[in-house]
Amino acid sequence: MRLQNGGMVDRSKVIRFSFDGVPVEGFAGDTVASALLGRGQRLIGRSFKYHRPRGVLSAGSEEPNALVTVGRGAAQEPNVRATVQEISEGLEVFSQNAWPSLKRDVLSVNDRLWPFLGAGFYYKTFMWPRAFWEKIYEPVIRRAAGLGGLSGAAPDERYQKAFAYCDVLVIGAGPSGLMAAKLAALAGADVILADEDSQPGGRLNAERLEIGGQTGAAWGQAVLAELRAMPNVRVMTRTTVTGAYDQGTYGALERKPAGSPAQEVFWRIVAKRAILAAGAIERSIAFADNDRPGVMTAGALRAYVNRWAVSPAPRVAIFGNNDDAHKTAQDLVAAGVQVVAVIDSRPDAKVPAGPYEVLTGAVVEGSAGRLGLTSITVRHQGRARKIAVGCLAVSGGWNPSVHLTCHMNGRPTWRADIASFVPTPGAIPGLTAVGACNGAFSTAACLREAVAATREALAKIGLEAPQLEIPSAEDAPYRIDPLWAVPGKGRAWLDFQNDVTVKDVKQAATENFRSVEHMKRYTTQGMATDQGKNSNVAALAVLADATGRGIPETGTTTFRPPYSPVSIAAMGAGGQGMGFAPQRFTTSHAASLAAGAPMIEAGLWYRPSFFPRAGETTWRQSCDREVGFVRNTVGICDVSTLGKIDIQGPDAGAFLDLVYTNMFSTLKQGRVRYGLMLREDGYVMDDGTTARLGPQHYVMTTTTAAAGEVMRHLDFVSQCLRPDLDVRYTSVTEQWAQFAVAGPKSRDLLNQLLETPIDNETWPFMSCGAIRIGGVEGRLFRISFSGEHAYEVAVPARFGASLFSHLVEMAKQHGGGAYGMEALNVLRIEKGHITHAEIHGRTTAFDCGFEKMVSAKKDCIGKTMSQRPGLLDPMRERFIGLRPVAATGKITAGAHLFNPGDPAQRAFDQGYVTSVAFSPDLGHDIGLAFVKNGPARIGETLRLVDHLRGVETQVQICDPVFIDPEGGRTRG
Amino acid sequence: MRFSGLRVLREGLTGNKGWRPHWRDPAPKAEYDALIIGGGGHGLATAYYLAKRYGMTNIAVLEKGYIGGGNVGRNTTIVRANYFLQGNSEFYSHSLKLWEGLEQDLNYNVMHSQRGLINLFHSDGQRDAFVRRGNAMINQGDDAILLDREGVRAHLPYLDFENTRFPIYGGLLHPRGGTARHDAVAWGFARGADLRGVDIIQNCEVTGIDIENGAVIGVQTTRGAIRAKKVGIAAAGRSGQVAAMAGMRLPIESHVLQAFVTEGLKPCIDHVVSFGMGHFYISQSDKGGLVFGGDLDFYASYASRGNLPMVEHVMEAGMTLMPMIGKAKVLRSWGGIMDMTPDGSPIIDRTGVDGLFIDCGWCYGGFKAVPASGDCFAHLIATDQPHVAAEKFRLDRFRTGVGIMDEEGTGSQHNLH
Amino acid sequence: MRLACPICGTRDRREFYYKGDAVALARPDPDAGAAAWDSYVHLRDNPAGQVRDLWHHEAGCGAWVVVTRDTVSHAVLDVALARPEAGGVQ
Repeated sequence: MRLQNGGMVDRSKVIRFSFDGVPVEGFAGDTVASALLGRGQRLIGRSFKYHRPRGVLSAGSEEPNALVTVGRGAAQEPNVRATVQEISEGLEVFSQNAWPSLKRDVLSVNDRLWPFLGAGFYYKTFMWPRAFWEKIYEPVIRRAAGLGGLSGAAPDERYQKAFAYCDVLVIGAGPSGLMAAKLAALAGADVILADEDSQPGGRLNAERLEIGGQTGAAWGQAVLAELRAMPNVRVMTRTTVTGAYDQGTYGALERKPAGSPAQEVFWRIVAKRAILAAGAIERSIAFADNDRPGVMTAGALRAYVNRWAVSPAPRVAIFGNNDDAHKTAQDLVAAGVQVVAVIDSRPDAKVPAGPYEVLTGAVVEGSAGRLGLTSITVRHQGRARKIAVGCLAVSGGWNPSVHLTCHMNGRPTWRADIASFVPTPGAIPGLTAVGACNGAFSTAACLREAVAATREALAKIGLEAPQLEIPSAEDAPYRIDPLWAVPGKGRAWLDFQNDVTVKDVKQAATENFRSVEHMKRYTTQGMATDQGKNSNVAALAVLADATGRGIPETGTTTFRPPYSPVSIAAMGAGGQGMGFAPQRFTTSHAASLAAGAPMIEAGLWYRPSFFPRAGETTWRQSCDREVGFVRNTVGICDVSTLGKIDIQGPDAGAFLDLVYTNMFSTLKQGRVRYGLMLREDGYVMDDGTTARLGPQHYVMTTTTAAAGEVMRHLDFVSQCLRPDLDVRYTSVTEQWAQFAVAGPKSRDLLNQLLETPIDNETWPFMSCGAIRIGGVEGRLFRISFSGEHAYEVAVPARFGASLFSHLVEMAKQHGGGAYGMEALNVLRIEKGHITHAEIHGRTTAFDCGFEKMVSAKKDCIGKTMSQRPGLLDPMRERFIGLRPVAATGKITAGAHLFNPGDPAQRAFDQGYVTSVAFSPDLGHDIGLAFVKNGPARIGETLRLVDHLRGVETQVQICDPVFIDPEGGRTRG
Repeated sequence: MRFSGLRVLREGLTGNKGWRPHWRDPAPKAEYDALIIGGGGHGLATAYYLAKRYGMTNIAVLEKGYIGGGNVGRNTTIVRANYFLQGNSEFYSHSLKLWEGLEQDLNYNVMHSQRGLINLFHSDGQRDAFVRRGNAMINQGDDAILLDREGVRAHLPYLDFENTRFPIYGGLLHPRGGTARHDAVAWGFARGADLRGVDIIQNCEVTGIDIENGAVIGVQTTRGAIRAKKVGIAAAGRSGQVAAMAGMRLPIESHVLQAFVTEGLKPCIDHVVSFGMGHFYISQSDKGGLVFGGDLDFYASYASRGNLPMVEHVMEAGMTLMPMIGKAKVLRSWGGIMDMTPDGSPIIDRTGVDGLFIDCGWCYGGFKAVPASGDCFAHLIATDQPHVAAEKFRLDRFRTGVGIMDEEGTGSQHNLH
Repeated sequence: MRLACPICGTRDRREFYYKGDAVALARPDPDAGAAAWDSYVHLRDNPAGQVRDLWHHEAGCGAWVVVTRDTVSHAVLDVALARPEAGGVQ
């Protein structure tokens, strides 16, 4: 119910939203929880296992009960905390984990079956018959489990990520955080003050207290206004610091208010120092049926009354083991809510009187009310008594929010005087916890700690803090007598969401799940969406009791990031669609698209698959035609994606000798050589051609896939192994556009463009040099990947698009044209050239038939390890060609090979096919493969089996060079 | 006590008062026939099979913390047999067969769920590599089905087939692949071993390995010296430290691998989906959380926690592949210590010390290996001979180059597997 | 995680590529024997504690750096260029 007066909501602004289709009105400043409580709705959700009715427990992000689904369609967001979600006009809110309705939930039958569904029951049953697990048990369990549901659609809101840097990050804008931020700001530090609430102030907004003669809320607003006016301060509201990472890096999630361009922003904040002022979370006390809607923490009730001016019910009782119970009663009375009784478990508590009954040395031992609390049972002086109330506020004491300080495996320290864990200093380098999250529970202590810790933090980064007067504030001692669970029959809840009771924890201990981690995993205690924020300490106190140990010896489970759950969309912002990886385009990209070429991914690059022409209906027709261009006239292909590394210096040759298996220092100027590069473990890393352009100038090409790896490798060799070599190199992949001009007419075509025509004598096979083409300085390499007379011509990238179009036009005049990846692949397979299908990281020079390329005259990277006995075994799978025994025989890549008559089983495996093509020249399939002792078995017949594609055929081992084995065409 | 639905009923009707410890907490004896160092999945399974198959019941598992507290309790729970290189093929095939009868064998529901694993591919070249793999799986006697794009769509309609950065060409479906409830595996093996007389000793850290004349004679622990003529090391990420007590240097670098779980959700992902281009894999637990992971953080670490760059990379991969998970919220992330070898494959072998055996190098694939690793390590310890399914897992293969099993093809840099 | 590149200053971990133990700087002679090479390429001390490892500032200046770190706490104790240690001029 909404109270007549008070609160920080704006009663002039009525906001309409809906809950399960029913219209609800609230005020600006309301959360879904406060608005629903304001209209008397206590039942908001259902628990996980027993589908028990659940209402609001807390007033913050730790809420385990009041989880709702917000929005519909692509905007549908499950598991939203009603206690945090601000209402906005038209917001649609739905309850979850209940069917057919929140009030009548079929699966609440589980609650009646509870004796059979205790801790870990599922480990002991559902085993027979075996096939029933996947078919029956698991589907039923899965449907019953889970909380909210995803819509199945991609979110259409924007999510973003950003970096921020500061001197001092202050986490939490309660009294401690505000004080810390103010001092740091006055010292001139760059400050970020992050607070998860829409309205900074923390408990200042929830309590009736005074600071420096003002109300706490007013003091907070004033400090906030000061901070916002300072240029060195950034106040981030609705921003939860979610994780502490190494070297002062923090993750933070900013939720944008309704109507913002972005839904959420995930921040990476780098801070020289951090002040953790995260406050504390009140814990409940376990008693039988303590989970009914209407039972909430006392601090939450004070927040609802003081900040939102709502009370869950007109009649309220309060149950506590510390002085906060009485503070709650006074606040309620002040707000005009009827307090029926205050039940204080401490027999000797000195308590203030009020217009209500006070029972000391009493406990609540039960409750009633099917969908919401109607009464509690109180035991006082040996007698049980029923009291009719609609709301029970429970205060079991406060747990400092130590969570962030545990993100680097730090274990919190037990403090018996406050019956709570506090952060262990130094748990996060550069971070100091102050105030309630450090166990300081009076406002004055919070302010003192904040000033002292901030002063120290500022000194660490060389800033001097100015004098700052600490305003006066309440400094009452915190008096508590631990009470975790009220003894008695019935089920007493610890973890409300996961339905873990005191009985479950005790049973776990009986079954020897005595380690706190075992107990957690066996009972699921603390594994709900609040990560046990509300219940872990009580649960481990129960476990400690059951196992006869103290709480500190029992220990805690580890809190891990994130502090509160973060959407995948926020942390993965930018990844959706094309954003996952950069897209690299060649200079001919537009021309390829214009020609209708389907583009395929080649690493991060896009390359044309083929260039379809009118009348062609399959890729094979286009591909065969393009192969024909190269074999018969001339074809043009953009090869710019290959890595290009410019290498210069007096020791460039020696450097190349070390990274390549073969010799490059002896390569003549104006010549090109094919080179093979090994990893240090002796396997092939990459291959490519390297040209010597000058006495101290080489240009290396790498495969498209390995360009980055090779560059890094060169850096390693140069800096870490041979820094004595005087050599410099840089990647020029993007600086040069390079095109293959391949086919018998390639020279004719080039000579139409080159300012100085070339011939076979001046530009023999494997020569290179500078050229002028179309008025531009370029380079020409006579190299061939197709086995034809071919060249690659390179020009500065800005001329690439123009040259490509020009080359293609001229090729067309010769009856040729552009060719794509499909044709390129056929051409190279026909010629037996390897790609990463063959040099896949598990093959050696020996395996590829290149053992003679490993120079005996010099050392090279990988040479020694390539000579390990296991890498020279002739029975290794080695490179060969395959042709079908029958011309129509199908060869498929990925098929395995067996000796004829052997079964297609692992033990008989002879090898596998890496690359296949239909050769238009030969008129049948051809393949490249690795076969045990392959080169010695040329002519043998093997059985090819591709189970997956249903192919089985006879193939013959042959030389991998199918076209022009003598190389006459290449040199022609 | 035998577990069954009937037992759950009977206990429920009588106040659940009859439950007993799943395993005892005995004090260590002065001497055992064999000791297993490490009470994780592998160590517990080894003890179980030593007792069950070889009748070695006077043995103990020594665990420095609580059992199942390492990677077996912190992983993405995937169980599969989809390797393609000799050595790995037969081993993981053997393991999957053991999984398939594990609940009945252990009398413990480990919730092994053969829901099917789909590995996606995004180019013709990747398809061919997966075909090679799938054929190897079938040659081994396991199952594999090649799916084209539409085939993948039929199984996983929620993937982004239109805009994803690396278009989906198809997938390799491994129908017998799936998941299991990780903690239950450790507990089930522990209970099974305990029932056969094995002492499971928690909070007992090994601080030294005693060797005399080249043979192991026992270990020093935080709970005193314990004699044994056979000692097996199954210490996962900590293998290097334990082996160093015996003067050994291992071909292992320990790395951190992070994984993630979301809040509970109604069923939305029925398979295990693996997205190689993004190093991303995901499944949904029976409790409803999306369980997913990615690649290593790539730096050597014993911190059991990672950093944001890989966290974000994993989330970005999820968003490009299946953006419908965007509004699922990550509840918890964690990091495990992975014992990475130079070829990404494990080691189950003798050492240079008589009676000292080692089972390590599981990289980030140790969970699915638990039953077979236990079976094969038990065979080695009991008989001094390698099990036929693990005979390729030699410690000296890197030095000799014989039988290197580099499934990734990334070479001897430990963190690249 | 952040590393202080001696050339560029402190940068986020995502700018760096990690190779492994700085033992990689001490490449054996070709004829050092199988054990030495096995040790160089495969075997690792793999300490839980202080380690020296090699990182490449790939998305920055391209420098290889030797990072002295703690593998348990992730504290970074020192970052130095690899080139001088490998015998080169800084």
